[in-house]
Order: sequence, then structure tokens, then C-alpha cells
Amino acid sequence: MYPQARYFIRTALIWLLAAFVVGGLVLANQGLAIDSRIGALLPVFYHLLMVGWVTQLICGVALWMFPPYSRERPRGDERLGWFCYGTLNAGLLLRATFEPLYAWWPMPWLGWPLALSALLQVFAIWAFVITIWPRVKGRPIKGVTHEH
Amino acid sequence: MPRLSQLMIRTALVWLALGATTGALVLLNKGMPVLPWLWVLRIPHVHMLLVGWIVQIACGVAFWILPRLDARGSRGNERLVWGCYIALNAGVALGALHDPLVALAGWGVWAILPPLMGLLYLLAAGLFVTHVWPRVLLFRALSRPEREHHL
Repeated sequence: MYPQARYFIRTALIWLLAAFVVGGLVLANQGLAIDSRIGALLPVFYHLLMVGWVTQLICGVALWMFPPYSRERPRGDERLGWFCYGTLNAGLLLRATFEPLYAWWPMPWLGWPLALSALLQVFAIWAFVITIWPRVKGRPIKGVTHEH
Repeated sequence: MPRLSQLMIRTALVWLALGATTGALVLLNKGMPVLPWLWVLRIPHVHMLLVGWIVQIACGVAFWILPRLDARGSRGNERLVWGCYIALNAGVALGALHDPLVALAGWGVWAILPPLMGLLYLLAAGLFVTHVWPRVLLFRALSRPEREHHL
């Protein structure tokens, strides 16, 4: 497995752990009524799980095992993959931090990082689609392996 | 990668781009409230990403990569997966359109869409499971089918 795919998959695993920490807290709060503010973490839990874990894992595995782009550049332009990795995780981190803060203290300046997070995440997804699209194709080229 | 997998994966990528864009609009509006009606895109965002993207890419990759049925490389009845592809995407399209249509024109006729969507999803799942069930196999050597002898 080449380094970029390893970064995607390992970071996805970290988000999985983080998601279940947050999800566990939300569930504990539902049962024990610790603090009503914890309920604001529910959308964070969903997005850590579905974006940070599931989508990022799919991206990492697709970048690793989809047919090569070409003999010379089996992964295509890796810079797009790195752009996707950076913006996806930065956007998700911003969301996980500022979505609950904005719910607790709805001041306009706490909303701006949410808007920035939205832009970062959508740019990440578009970059991934552009990167992987040409690799959704038939038979791989002879002599190019998936292991690097 | 077979043609049907390419089609499913590419369609999943289209739903991913659309679902992420609608999600970004909803989040953007949450942080900087400018257009309150953008909230109507929240459920379409969920349908596009959960079913259009995640379920469909899983089906497309499974169809490509699960063991074949014989040494000729047969994947079994592909028409079942074509049916799944059509039903699943019709369901996602209805899921994406329902809330905006209700918001634009609250006609009673739209009430038929959620149960129809549910039926399409169920049909898609049923067809996919029927196709893929015999391909979930223990590792074994595939016997090459005997040649037909013409008398």
C-alpha cells in the first residue's frame, strides 16, 4: 500500500475512534442526563463517522486499489490526492470544533469557521472525484502492480 | 473492472459530488444564515450520500471483486445488478427531489414519493443480494467447464 493511501486509512481509523468517543458521550448523556449541551454533539458524531471514517476509508482504498491511471503515473496527479486529504481533514476538524461551540454560543464569528469548513470539505470531495474518475476503467495495464 | 461496476462507481461519484455540495450549502447557511430555504436540502444530502454514494460504491466494488462462479469468469446473472442499479438510482433521485418539491409546491401528490422510494430501495437491495449471495464463497479451485461435444 503506497504512502498516500496509508495516510487516508490511518486517519480514517483515528476518526473512527473519535466518532465513538463522541457517540458514547451522547449516548451516556441520553441515559444519565449529564448536561443538556452534550446533545449538540450529535451532528458531529454523524459526520465524524460518515465523512472522517467511512468516506475517507473508501477514498484511501480506492486510491490504493483502483486500476492505475497510466504506466508512468499509476496514481495520476498525487497532488490532488494530498489536497483532498488536507482539506477534508482540516474541514472536518473545524466542523467538529466549531459546530458545538456555535450551538452553545451562537455568535456570528463562531459561524464563520463553519462556513470555511463547508468550503474545505466540498473542495476535498471535488478533488477526490477528479482524481479517481479516470481510474474507474477496465483492465489494468500489464506490468503495473498495485504494491509500491 | 467490468462495465457495470464502472457505471455504478461513476454514478456513486456523481452522487458524492452532488451530496457534498448540498451538504456544504446547508453547513454554509448554518454558519452564515443567508438563505433559510437551503435547510430543505438536508434530507436530499443524506439520501445522496448514504445510498447514492456509500451503498452504491459498495455494490459496484462487490460486483467487480467478489469471486466468480466458474473458471470462465462468469459473475452470474448480471441483469439482477442492472435492475439494482436502476431501482437504487431512481430511489435516490426521488429522495433528492422530494423535500425541494414539497417546499416549492406542497401538493398532496408528493406524498406518494416516500413509499415509492422505500419500495425502490427494497427492490434494489433484494436484486443485489440475490445476485451476490452465490458469489460469497470459500476459496476453492474453479473447475473449467467441459467443452461441448458436438456429434
